[in-house]
Amino acid sequence: MNGSQIVIDALKQEGVDILFGYPGGVVIPIFDALFKEKELNVILNRHEQASVHAADGYARSTGKVGVALVTSGPGSTNAITGIATAKLDSVPIVVISGQVKNGFIGTDGFQEVDMSGMTRTISKHNYLVNDINDLPKTMKEAFHIARTGRPGPVSIDIPVDVLLAVLKNYKYPEEIKLPGYKPTVEGNPKQIKKLAETIQKAEKPLFYTGGGIVASGAEKELLAVVEKTNIPFVTTLMGLGSSDADHPLFLGMPGMHGRYAANHAMMQCDLMIAVGVRFDDRVTGDLSRFATKATIAHIDIDPAEIGKNIQTEIPVVGDAKHVLKELNKILKACPANGWCKTVTAWRDESPLTYSQKPGEALAPQYVIEKLSELSKDNAIIVTDVGQHQMFSALYYKHKGPRCFISSGGLGTMGFGLPAAMGAALANPKRQVVAICGDGGFQMNIQELATCAINNIPVKALVINNQYLGMVRQWQELFWNKQYSKVCLKQTPNCPPECKGPNPQCPEVYRPDFVKVAEANGVKGLRASTPEELVAMLKEGLAYPGPVVMECIVRKEENVYPMVPGGKPIDEILLGPEKEKA
Amino acid sequence: MKTKHTIRLKVLNTVGVMARITGLISQRGYNIDSIMSTPTEIPEIYSVHLVLTETEDQIEQISKQLNKLVDVVKVTDISHNKNYIVREFIMVKISTSKNRPDLLQVIDLFRAKVLDLSTNYVVVSMTGGPRKIKRFLEVVQPFGIQELDRSGEFAVLDV
Repeated sequence: MNGSQIVIDALKQEGVDILFGYPGGVVIPIFDALFKEKELNVILNRHEQASVHAADGYARSTGKVGVALVTSGPGSTNAITGIATAKLDSVPIVVISGQVKNGFIGTDGFQEVDMSGMTRTISKHNYLVNDINDLPKTMKEAFHIARTGRPGPVSIDIPVDVLLAVLKNYKYPEEIKLPGYKPTVEGNPKQIKKLAETIQKAEKPLFYTGGGIVASGAEKELLAVVEKTNIPFVTTLMGLGSSDADHPLFLGMPGMHGRYAANHAMMQCDLMIAVGVRFDDRVTGDLSRFATKATIAHIDIDPAEIGKNIQTEIPVVGDAKHVLKELNKILKACPANGWCKTVTAWRDESPLTYSQKPGEALAPQYVIEKLSELSKDNAIIVTDVGQHQMFSALYYKHKGPRCFISSGGLGTMGFGLPAAMGAALANPKRQVVAICGDGGFQMNIQELATCAINNIPVKALVINNQYLGMVRQWQELFWNKQYSKVCLKQTPNCPPECKGPNPQCPEVYRPDFVKVAEANGVKGLRASTPEELVAMLKEGLAYPGPVVMECIVRKEENVYPMVPGGKPIDEILLGPEKEKA
Repeated sequence: MKTKHTIRLKVLNTVGVMARITGLISQRGYNIDSIMSTPTEIPEIYSVHLVLTETEDQIEQISKQLNKLVDVVKVTDISHNKNYIVREFIMVKISTSKNRPDLLQVIDLFRAKVLDLSTNYVVVSMTGGPRKIKRFLEVVQPFGIQELDRSGEFAVLDV
């Protein structure tokens, strides 16, 4: 077998069924070997970044390893944003890239870049395979590293001569020998016991849970613990859906755009039990004033996360599922205490608010609420990055794990549509909705053609406010309303000192998303009022193929609640509707 | 408070392992005082000695991150142990134009080794702990150091 055939065999041995890729000079051997391939569904994206995001969406929606295949040079550099996105959110993907042949490496050969150098800091691990003899074990190790421990992206760079070299007596290895890689799955029993005792003594305990719950599949174990002890919990953006949005002990998402009750509970608690989270600055706000009254317990499979951002009194290194299971065995049941009643009352007394009257311009919050209702809270929601992402996090009633997919850590615009493709291919029986802003949607809009040609039934909901809304919101609130280069309608004829929508604004918005959809062979729909929205959502969600549903929403709607950057998270702006009330 | 730490790593002898280690540290804006990579008694395992001056918290974070590298088998912060032996090897070229007899006496007293002697300079090697090396360099400084090369510190646990 030659190197290319070994790569394909390894993918099958690892259970891969879909491959996202784009050909190019040095990977022709692999694509040649794929020519008559029947077991692997090879999706030809229109850009390598989209291939990696699609593999990422596949992985996030299933927990399986997603795979992308790209060529050397520009193919590899285009893949970089996708790899970094997966790294920041701990998503298991394997990215295979071609490389110039061994003798050419380091000579600035045609389409040569140092892929292993570039991916070193943005991957969990990476390989440059110089020798065909190393290829089988490299493939085996790559999948093992991607999916075990704290998951993450692994890059495999393979020179074209290795893809063509023949290996006699090829056999896919069964064992892995990695003396430097042994993730700790089981938590230390003494630490778990200490944690249980501390929980039992705490007066104001709070669970702070995140993506680690989803990655380890610990949703049931978490609920068992919180329901037994009646301890309220918050869930970060990456963990949304790990419990039902209306669970009685759930206080919502904390952080910069977190719920009032979630943020205040974090600041007031006397014991914070962090599980599968990383005390990200978008959650903690000003770290020096964060949860100052709390003893911090931290359960994480990655020992380097513990103590990274905050001093931790009770560290437990281990897999969330295992640790929570063991914890549950020794915890004694206790009824809801005064603290629990107080914080859940905070939640009930501070619902999210916005205004929407019949016939008037659409509120983006209303769009998401209607989507939630009409998709029976049961779609896989994939978002892009920006205001719509936060509205989707706050207003969709997430139910079930792996149903809210979003670029949280890196905040990659252009993620939504291709990641939704990956999720849709992996979940053919589920409704998959890509919620995008009009800015980010244009960053991988070429994938509409991929959706149309392969009949991938992604429903793209484009929340069009004609602005790069999140940056505009910051400019409005903190930069004296100087809307510098955030208006997507701005022409050279506009006054340079423009401070927002006015009667002189250009009428035309480019592109016309409905026409773009139609030009790509995708159904295009548009709504501007609440009445049109409901009709559009009904039609679009019922349509069997891919659809673009454009919502023309209010131009200057802001995301609230909001904590200004660098402030403690209880200094929270609740927005004009709250202030009126 | 920043203090000096000697971290010893056992690593797999793979292409790029040093780049991973140094990249991980420079990525966080820390500076490496010295680094040395040498073979061990096991052919596929190399020993890396890394000297850093940082706070305890930063050293702990760096050690944890180093431990996460797949090619790194073991990380030991040797300076956290009471009993360890540190040595460094230096080679230094010193001018003999000022006072050769005095210089040669100093070299002898420090039990440094003369590797070469010419009309203008002497080349000396010496092995010693940090204090001895520091003292020696202080004493020969006035004679005129023309070139100095140091191996960087390496250490073994003495328990």
